[in-house]
Amino acid sequence: MTPSSSVSYPLQNLSVKPFNLLEACLEVLVRLFILIPFFSLLYIMTKIFQLGFPTLSWEFLTQPPVDGMTHGGIFPCIFGTLSITILMILMALPLGVAAAIYLTEYAGQGPFFRIIRAAVNNLAGVPSIIFGLFGVGFFILFMGRNIDGVLKSGLLFGQPCMLWAAATLAVLVLPVIIVSTEEALNAVPQSHRAASLALGATKWQTIRDVVLPQARGGILTGAILAISRGAGETAPILFTGCAYFLPRLPVVNLFGVIPMINPLDQFMELSYHIFIMATQSTDAAKTLPIQYATTLVLITLTFLLNLTAIVFRIYFRKKLGQVSI
Amino acid sequence: MPTKQSLTQKNIRLSERAIEKILLLAGISSVVLIGLIFIFLFKEAVFFFQTASPFDLIGKWVYDEWASKNIFNMMWQAVSKIPKYSLVPLICGSFLVAFPATLISAVIGIGCAIYLSEIASNKTRETLKPTLELLAGIPSVVLGFFMLAVVATVVQNLLGTKFRLNAFVGSLGTALCVLPIIITISEDALRAVPKELRDASYALGATKWQTIFGTVLPAAISGISAAVILGFGRALGETMIVVMATGNAALITLNIFSSVRTMTANIAAELGAVAQGSEHYYALFVVGSVLFAFTFILNIFSEIILSGMRRKLRM
Repeated sequence: MTPSSSVSYPLQNLSVKPFNLLEACLEVLVRLFILIPFFSLLYIMTKIFQLGFPTLSWEFLTQPPVDGMTHGGIFPCIFGTLSITILMILMALPLGVAAAIYLTEYAGQGPFFRIIRAAVNNLAGVPSIIFGLFGVGFFILFMGRNIDGVLKSGLLFGQPCMLWAAATLAVLVLPVIIVSTEEALNAVPQSHRAASLALGATKWQTIRDVVLPQARGGILTGAILAISRGAGETAPILFTGCAYFLPRLPVVNLFGVIPMINPLDQFMELSYHIFIMATQSTDAAKTLPIQYATTLVLITLTFLLNLTAIVFRIYFRKKLGQVSI
Repeated sequence: MPTKQSLTQKNIRLSERAIEKILLLAGISSVVLIGLIFIFLFKEAVFFFQTASPFDLIGKWVYDEWASKNIFNMMWQAVSKIPKYSLVPLICGSFLVAFPATLISAVIGIGCAIYLSEIASNKTRETLKPTLELLAGIPSVVLGFFMLAVVATVVQNLLGTKFRLNAFVGSLGTALCVLPIIITISEDALRAVPKELRDASYALGATKWQTIFGTVLPAAISGISAAVILGFGRALGETMIVVMATGNAALITLNIFSSVRTMTANIAAELGAVAQGSEHYYALFVVGSVLFAFTFILNIFSEIILSGMRRKLRM
């Protein structure tokens, strides 16, 4: 239901409309305003493409940095970004989906629901640097040090590493997943639930076998949005595990044979790489081409992820019979 | 002796209840996390007051050798012989970036929302809205880098500012980051205004813009103000753009073309280099707590306005 749908305003169309300069100016003004976000996006994308593309090559994407990061590629950063987002989504998705199921199917509409709702919205508005402080104070110093104390593992968990960086990011993207899952669950018609319950299925069976399968698309969209958000965030991981330069990949061989991501190692990361190359390196001007190319890689990654999410959402909404975006 | 069937039924009932409990735990995770953030920020911040007085957060009397007398010093100078932890320049910097950013994005954002809700056809709106999402999806570090590398030079050439990186460049970047939020929420608020109100206004002979200014905007004003408040909170909390584009000099100034250091940038720039457990470390958590308190209040405020609006619309 949209307010300004196909029904037009008959009176407005019939009335004699004298040309009103002020009204015309206002209309032109808001039309110009809407071009601002559009052209900002276009300008940023083309400028970064134009400045970053010449440096981009197969070697740039697959080689580690060399010569004090003034040459070479950004492979460890790409690897780090992929690893940390995988870890992050493994933590955030089950929790977020479960929270959304509780909110839509169990919580009702009372004050309890409103408190959780307010907490989710508030969590979405917490400044990203606060998550960084929280990651240091809670995950590394409290959880990590205590795990070390229990396991007597020296200083293994109680230091910045990918596990805690991913956990910090997971807290940050949790609201994204909750909100989009909730929306997907609410889109499932109430009659389907009623039909399932009437056939004798329990509440959980109904959710598991009737509601969740229909909400799969929306949940997937939320997960993609969360990955895109997590891949681009820098402030939360500044102090929780990012490395300026790491000569090795954060990989460990499980049982000595199966290679897997080592969550207890530090890592390089795309967005952090842009940040330090632009602000902390000794000769930022010299590495400017690398900075542009890294930015191009990151922006392409997040842009494609967001685009996929948008296309998915349009597709799944059409399937559920809704047209509006 | 319970029959076999009633036993399985009992099992099902038990597992149903167990699942509900597990989901409840997940459901309250956001509340718990907000609580934990509160606790762990303030817990570390409290330690600051073991060695320093709350008054230090405003300023300190420091003997000045040039003037040969004590001068009240409001500076953030954590690494010096006499460390100074005044929050005044940081709060000043934060507001000097967040105010202009919110102002710019509110003017443009509300205009865009009016266009999307009152003027654009459905088709135009449905092509434009994903564009906004793509803009919102640009990582803040990319915006920050773009401001630092491209826009700062353009602004300096155009306006001839003294510092290449200044509060204005930072607030331009922050405005871009806040804009999609303000547009989306204001547009929701405008579109929630019932069609009957517009019809009534037109029936009384009002023109399109008379209807917008006289009827639609006043009806949606609570939602729009919530959007602006929320945007202001985001602008205060924006980190990567300001740390890269504002120059990071902790000055007390009202000049928008001067370099400033915000609370967020201060934490981002210094936490990596401090020893855990030092006074400086705790001081940064104090900055974080103040920032969190600011944004928390703004978020709660806009949440109350928005939920009130939603309830009014349901009735």
